[in-house]
Amino acid sequence: MSTLSTNSSKNLDAGQIITDSPSYWSSVRSNLKNDPVTIAFALILLSLLLSAIFADLLAPLDPYKTNMLKRLKPIGTEGFLLGADELGRDMLTRLIYGGRLSLLMGISPVVAALLIGGLLGLTAGFVGGKVNMSIMRVMDVFYAFPSVLLAIAISGALGAGIFNAIISLTIVFIPPIARVTESVTTQIRALDYVEAARASGAKSLTIIRVHIISNVAGPVFVYSTSLISVSIILSSGLSFLGLGTEPPQPEWGLMLNTLRQSIYVNPWVAALPGVMIFLTSLSFNMMSDGIRSAMDIKL
Amino acid sequence: MSETILEVQKLKKYFPIKGGILNQTTAEVQAVDVIDFVVARGETLGIVGESGCGKSTTARLLMQLIKHDDGEIIFDGYAVGKSGGITTREMRKRMQMVFQDSYSSLNPRLPVESSIAFGPIVHGVNKSAAQKKARDLLIKVGLNPELFSRRYPHELSGGQRQRVNIARALALEPEVLILDEAVSALDKSVEAQVLNLLMDLKAEFKLTFIFISHDLNVVHYISDRVLVMYLGRVVEIGDVSAVYNYPKHPYTRALISAMPSMDPKKRTEAVPLVGDPPNPISPPSGCRFRTRCPFSEDICAIKEPILIHTDLKKRQSSACHMGDPDSGHSRTNLNGLPK
Amino acid sequence: MVAYIIRRILYVIPIALGVSVIIFGLVHIAPGDPLNAVVPPDAPKETVELLIKAYGFDKPLPVQYLIWLGKALEGDFGISYATGRTVSDAIASGVVNTLILAVGGIFIGTIMGCLIGALAGYFQGSWIDKLATGFAIAGVSVPHYWLGLVLVIIFSVELNVLPAMGMGPGGSTSWTWDSEHLKHLILPVITLSVIPIGIITRSVRATIAEILTMEFIQTLEAKGLRKGHIFTHVAKNAAPTVLAVSGLQVGYLLGGSILVETVFSWPGTGFLLNDAIFRRDIPLLQGVILVLAMFFVILNLIVDIAQSVIDPRMNRS
Repeated sequence: MSTLSTNSSKNLDAGQIITDSPSYWSSVRSNLKNDPVTIAFALILLSLLLSAIFADLLAPLDPYKTNMLKRLKPIGTEGFLLGADELGRDMLTRLIYGGRLSLLMGISPVVAALLIGGLLGLTAGFVGGKVNMSIMRVMDVFYAFPSVLLAIAISGALGAGIFNAIISLTIVFIPPIARVTESVTTQIRALDYVEAARASGAKSLTIIRVHIISNVAGPVFVYSTSLISVSIILSSGLSFLGLGTEPPQPEWGLMLNTLRQSIYVNPWVAALPGVMIFLTSLSFNMMSDGIRSAMDIKL
Repeated sequence: MSETILEVQKLKKYFPIKGGILNQTTAEVQAVDVIDFVVARGETLGIVGESGCGKSTTARLLMQLIKHDDGEIIFDGYAVGKSGGITTREMRKRMQMVFQDSYSSLNPRLPVESSIAFGPIVHGVNKSAAQKKARDLLIKVGLNPELFSRRYPHELSGGQRQRVNIARALALEPEVLILDEAVSALDKSVEAQVLNLLMDLKAEFKLTFIFISHDLNVVHYISDRVLVMYLGRVVEIGDVSAVYNYPKHPYTRALISAMPSMDPKKRTEAVPLVGDPPNPISPPSGCRFRTRCPFSEDICAIKEPILIHTDLKKRQSSACHMGDPDSGHSRTNLNGLPK
Repeated sequence: MVAYIIRRILYVIPIALGVSVIIFGLVHIAPGDPLNAVVPPDAPKETVELLIKAYGFDKPLPVQYLIWLGKALEGDFGISYATGRTVSDAIASGVVNTLILAVGGIFIGTIMGCLIGALAGYFQGSWIDKLATGFAIAGVSVPHYWLGLVLVIIFSVELNVLPAMGMGPGGSTSWTWDSEHLKHLILPVITLSVIPIGIITRSVRATIAEILTMEFIQTLEAKGLRKGHIFTHVAKNAAPTVLAVSGLQVGYLLGGSILVETVFSWPGTGFLLNDAIFRRDIPLLQGVILVLAMFFVILNLIVDIAQSVIDPRMNRS
């Protein structure tokens, strides 16, 4: 067959319109740009994060400096914008500093669980068969505990402390992340483009690197950000029970616990640390929802 | 160079079905139940049959995407995966496949150029050479690389995506291309364009095609020989003209009589195929087609008809007792069936 | 379906064993000698030796586990050295009190969640929907221990209309149906119901919205069915999802109540756990967790079976 006729038949395909249509990520970006709510909560998160990092510059006073004369001053007291706690320490200062430990204890377990649970789920989903069975059955056992219960059980046995709280929460979040990763990986592994990659003779690790991870990462990442919201509540909850941070460290859950004794003296100051926990958790949830719909992910 | 490029011997694949209290294997789907055939170098072998007859399983077995339970695949004289033969990886470099679903067969996160270049890179070609190759192949399949190489699958039409899939399959310079319902999901007009493209590419690259489809018209148009499958078995194989004009197996005949035709003279009044194919978990004894066959007799339930000649010299052979004078069927005198 | 139910019941066995292994392991992840975790440091020597024998600490780990498991199966979780009572006694009264809270929470949570979720689903995209969705997401984001505190501040401290602590007058630890006990129940139950309200609202909204787009609803409308009739069809189709979601929430409430009980000094398992943590009373910790976890496992089982029975689509053969 002549080249000429070959070309004529090839160029018939309609739709070769000269449009520079957007890639997936630029469409995600434009979706996010048109979502003011998500942007607003992302900005709140950013400012929480920045104020925790630059607490030294922002906070008006020393978070550990007690002042017996200023004990439990109400909100709006001169020099103590948000009042003072049971030892006369400035609430605003301690709330700003509290973000450091609270965010660290909320975020790091999910990051650690993402690495471990993600690897387990990826392995289970990609290899399948008996490997999948044994990994996922172990996950099922951990899943048999309500998350709060498991967190309290492990950190209760390990004892109080930031590191122990992070370890116990990491264990809590590994199974759900492994489950989501496994189910997404299993779905993707069955798609024809993975078959095609295998048919081209690629090794498993290459297929995982090029074809699986890029498609699994999005949903798993979005799911993990929604877990941070839970993690923030749980880690502060552990501190609230006396299982996380220890006094006099500024941390929202612990502050809530110590101020709880003073609700009859100065009720609304006692509620402030919880506002921070709520705001942080809500922001992570809203942002996760926004990213999810922008990325068009259904979990 | 031998005339035969691919030979399939007694290939078998059963899929276990889990169930019961302990989730044990309770039954098996006899997806491909001992089939034999050969493919000649440079020909197009069409494979037809109803959905669920084992066509796609056969394709995946040939590519070794699933492992066969039994039997052998011999590629260019070498047994695949056997000592003294060739490895699966070597075989895959020489035999590639295009899948039905043009969308799910492309990684949505990769620009099409990268999808095409992936295979060569895997086989050691450096990145820029692989990309150049991808762009050249885009031209070969009729897509301007200036416009298309950086696009993502969701930005392409079904026809364009399938062209990309063809380019990707050709990137390893294979000798054999398996097309598993590769044009079935496309609009009729686009399907015709892609078929023409395939014919051109076949000539240009001296390819051998295994063309799987449920569309008998398309298979008729593109194939040199045709293989008819029913419930995991080969019921008839032969030259296209022979099989289409003088179908020997009642199943083939039913399929062909059900083909829509533009020519009013060609419209047949023959019995159409009634009912659904039997369950492949417990297929009928003897001849698997007997439950739907108008000529079924006692012998068909007892004795299994065998497809005798599968080599290339024979123009046509079928697995039916009516084609075997010694079978004991009352209508063995028929050479081909009454039209 | 019968095979599925039997398989599902059998599946509880390995899960329950796995759970028991984890709980048994708690003693061994506790820092220091596991013996210290179960024996007070000032115990007399004879007691210590007796306990070493009783717990089998001189035997290899798997044997220790089997001894512990055997005792646990008989309901013997050891002696809480914090209270001096047997652990099982303490748990028995605690579990009942926790269940009162959890059942109350799920009751309100399911009713409110279905109501808000159905409204949001019906008026999808309207301001009602936006309000409900916002409320739901706030519900799942709120630290409930803080919410309890805020409710106490409002209703006990500022308004002084409801009690802040305890289960009844005079530190009552057993439930009776009188106005005082009911008054004590209000704040903790409202606190606990917020999370299930959020979660149930979300899933009911999604389910209703999905069902409304299905063709059979349009067919019913085309047939001229009244709105009320159509509603019963929608409700029938949404029921399995609601059942599954709220059933599981009961389990999560058992866990979540731990923190809420601490806030309200409610004499339930959460309060026990708090005590166990504070005094490092590991036998009590193990006992409470084991009972709650088993409860959760059984609940999961019941929800799965109930769902497979009422939802014909779930033909999991």
